[in-house]
Amino acid sequence: MTIDYSERIPNNVDLAGNKTLQRALEHWQPRFLDWWRAMGPEGSTAFDVYLRTAVSAESDGWAHFDYVRMPEYRWGIFLSPPEPGRLISFGAHKGEPAWQEVPGEYRSTLRRIIVTQGDTEPASVEQQRLLGLTCPSLYDLRNLFQVNVEEGRHLWAMVYLLHAYFGRDGREEAEALLERRSGDADNPRILGAFNERTPDWLAFFLFAFFTDRDGKFQLAALTESGFDPLSRTCRFMLAEEAHHMFVGESGVGRIIQRTCQAMKEHRVEEPAKVRALGVIDLPTLQRYLNFHFSVTLDLYGAEISSNAANFHTQGLKGRFEETKIDDDHVLAGAQYPILDLAGDALVIKSASAVQALNERLRDDYIKECAAGVARWNRIIQKAGIGFELALPHKAFHRRIGTFADAHVSPEGRVVPESEWTHHSREWLPSQADRDFVATLMGRVTEPGKYANWISPPARGIDNKPTDFEYVRFA
Amino acid sequence: MNAAELVRQHLIDPEICIRCNTCEETCPVHAIQHDARNYVVRFDTCENCRACIPPCPTGAIENYRRVARSNPYAIEDQFSWDELPAEAEPSPGETAELPADVVRITEIATAGQGGAALPPWSAAHPYEGLHTIARPAIATVTGNYRLTEDRASSDVHHIVLDFGRTAFPVLEGQSLGVIAPGLDAAGKAHHVRLYSIASPRNGERPGYNNLALTVKRVAADRAGRPVHGVCSNYLCDLKRGDQVKVVGPYGTSFLMPNHPGSSLMMICTGTGSAPMRAMTERRRRRAALGEGGRLMLFFGARAPAELPYFGPLMKLPKDFIDINLAFSRASDRPKRYVQDLIRDRGEDVANMLRDPESYIYVCGLKGMETGVNEAFAAVCGAHGMTWDAVLDGLKREARFHVETY
Repeated sequence: MTIDYSERIPNNVDLAGNKTLQRALEHWQPRFLDWWRAMGPEGSTAFDVYLRTAVSAESDGWAHFDYVRMPEYRWGIFLSPPEPGRLISFGAHKGEPAWQEVPGEYRSTLRRIIVTQGDTEPASVEQQRLLGLTCPSLYDLRNLFQVNVEEGRHLWAMVYLLHAYFGRDGREEAEALLERRSGDADNPRILGAFNERTPDWLAFFLFAFFTDRDGKFQLAALTESGFDPLSRTCRFMLAEEAHHMFVGESGVGRIIQRTCQAMKEHRVEEPAKVRALGVIDLPTLQRYLNFHFSVTLDLYGAEISSNAANFHTQGLKGRFEETKIDDDHVLAGAQYPILDLAGDALVIKSASAVQALNERLRDDYIKECAAGVARWNRIIQKAGIGFELALPHKAFHRRIGTFADAHVSPEGRVVPESEWTHHSREWLPSQADRDFVATLMGRVTEPGKYANWISPPARGIDNKPTDFEYVRFA
Repeated sequence: MNAAELVRQHLIDPEICIRCNTCEETCPVHAIQHDARNYVVRFDTCENCRACIPPCPTGAIENYRRVARSNPYAIEDQFSWDELPAEAEPSPGETAELPADVVRITEIATAGQGGAALPPWSAAHPYEGLHTIARPAIATVTGNYRLTEDRASSDVHHIVLDFGRTAFPVLEGQSLGVIAPGLDAAGKAHHVRLYSIASPRNGERPGYNNLALTVKRVAADRAGRPVHGVCSNYLCDLKRGDQVKVVGPYGTSFLMPNHPGSSLMMICTGTGSAPMRAMTERRRRRAALGEGGRLMLFFGARAPAELPYFGPLMKLPKDFIDINLAFSRASDRPKRYVQDLIRDRGEDVANMLRDPESYIYVCGLKGMETGVNEAFAAVCGAHGMTWDAVLDGLKREARFHVETY
């Protein structure tokens, strides 16, 4: 179904056919725009940005590129096309037709799931609102803005579900999504990682790689949902989410490439000397990586979770690639190995698989992260530099779950608090690290020019050259 | 003869791909799949509908390689890649395609190894198609002499071409094309004829911008009927100072490994010796570097007098190259073919097949392929291996290269 852009709210859900819903969303729309102007990318309202806009939810309509003045970006409501006869594929309702309406008994649970997901979307826009002031190139500035407008659209996607299926409660939740603020002491965003600062572009790229990937895994699990509108909404969001992970993975990759190039050129390895070349030394990158990975792991929640078990049993949230898993999809009597703390040792113990679904999703996520890190390492290896990035241990620097009170080194050694205090500066970015990275953050806006600390991309967006004018300033 | 049709195979660049699964999700015919490492496209399922192209966030999806329809990259190959295999792209500004003649001849020549293949991992990067039919390079003949003895029935010439100030960079194992002047009976320009280059990369004479060809004067067709080979006669009759239109260079796969310790097994007949001479000479010039690796040559001809480069070959030290000559028409000996020698040397051949650092090159008449394959099969059988499995491994590691005509 083609998206009707003549509507105030572009959509492929026949909004015009439901006047009540349309009016409710048209009432929410100016509130959203107010939020965007206040909390969206700083100083960007006069820029023409070469953005991708969906013109239909079919594959040929996902990627329509043109210059867009950002507040005029057409945020809308797009669901993936329905799969006729779709059945619920897991849990107690396995085999029943997917729900087109919210089942009464799961109403509050589903609403909580949608609100929690929806809250992350504006949060990340808020976290990134100042990055445009220190962009390393027009290409990167454009990518940042693309991520931002799509996070905004993902908020719309969740707000649509709240308005369309949850009545008054849903409308109130939709308002609250615009009222919480990332990092606000009184009214913070729901999840911890979304209240952390994203002060520089290294943090941004790692956030996009690690934390947006959590988004991907959550959306993938919700795509399996028995609640069909949620499934279709998330399916389309996933397609957009991929761009965010691309920005993260390629951004870090380009930083690594530039660092390796400078190290080779000047034959230096010592971090201080590498920094003197105006590039980010690899140990600093490792510390940033440790931070972003560990705070993102917390987003999956506690290792043993009856909530997670209920979500699955009730058919609300599946496992990652649920339909591709070869088992009963009910997890009757199934076990899953989870990591546990026994004194000062980390041990594997067997747990009820349905109780351990958070841990399973976290493990699936870690696997994908590890593959990405391996690709970064190939860049280092190709340059002939003897350094290897690594994911820290799953139990490192955790604030939620079994390890919240433990001190675990990146290698997975339980250490006394004194040792943690002594070494944490080597394991996590220190203020001095952040200060150094901050010194590199200048603003580069000449087409084709890239900041010294990052390599140009291998190819441009939409097959445009890397010196294309991706952003035009008024 | 395998006149394989060349097609574009859709592939995903593993260096740019971020494994986001969007393409797999989008593909309406489920041609895309993944393992823990790569996303790959199943050649026989993909319908080139392009549904996966716009949603890809990276552009990794939009990659193609020209392959023989009968021999595309299998998904197992694709799963193992860290980067896409190189394609011989013409340099910017050149006509986009290799001349049809060159594509056709190359297809025939490489059919014995199942079509286009990768070069050894340590091969130098080849230039291909720098000079086109529309804009050929002009080379000057600086030498032309007969290699075979006067009494020999074949007339094989060693021809040296000098390129002056024109770039014509080549690697051992590459070919070039010659356009004979004049028109054919139908009033059209003559077809391009391909010749293997017989000299190493740094020139027939080291440091000079020249190269050598080994050209046999064609006086009869394959059935033995008298025929006047237009291009070979043109070349064999060239005089010093004559100018020749040359296109190329061509060839991105039949190239020698460059890493120390790599060994070469070379099997050739007649003018198929040209690339072997180039590779041997490359190794000879670098012998003082002590890079190791062995050279083993199986060389077949009708008789010693017919063997191109017989004299210089015999002067090479035994510890530099292990030479095995087979003569099928020597008056004082029973008929011998290269495949007989491969069987005779079974133990050493088997050792080289097992040695991951050894690379095998076969060049000569089409007719030799079957015999050589059978000989390898026999050697493998006698040494606890199966040739099919060995050959698969050799091809996978780009250690088996065939050019037959």
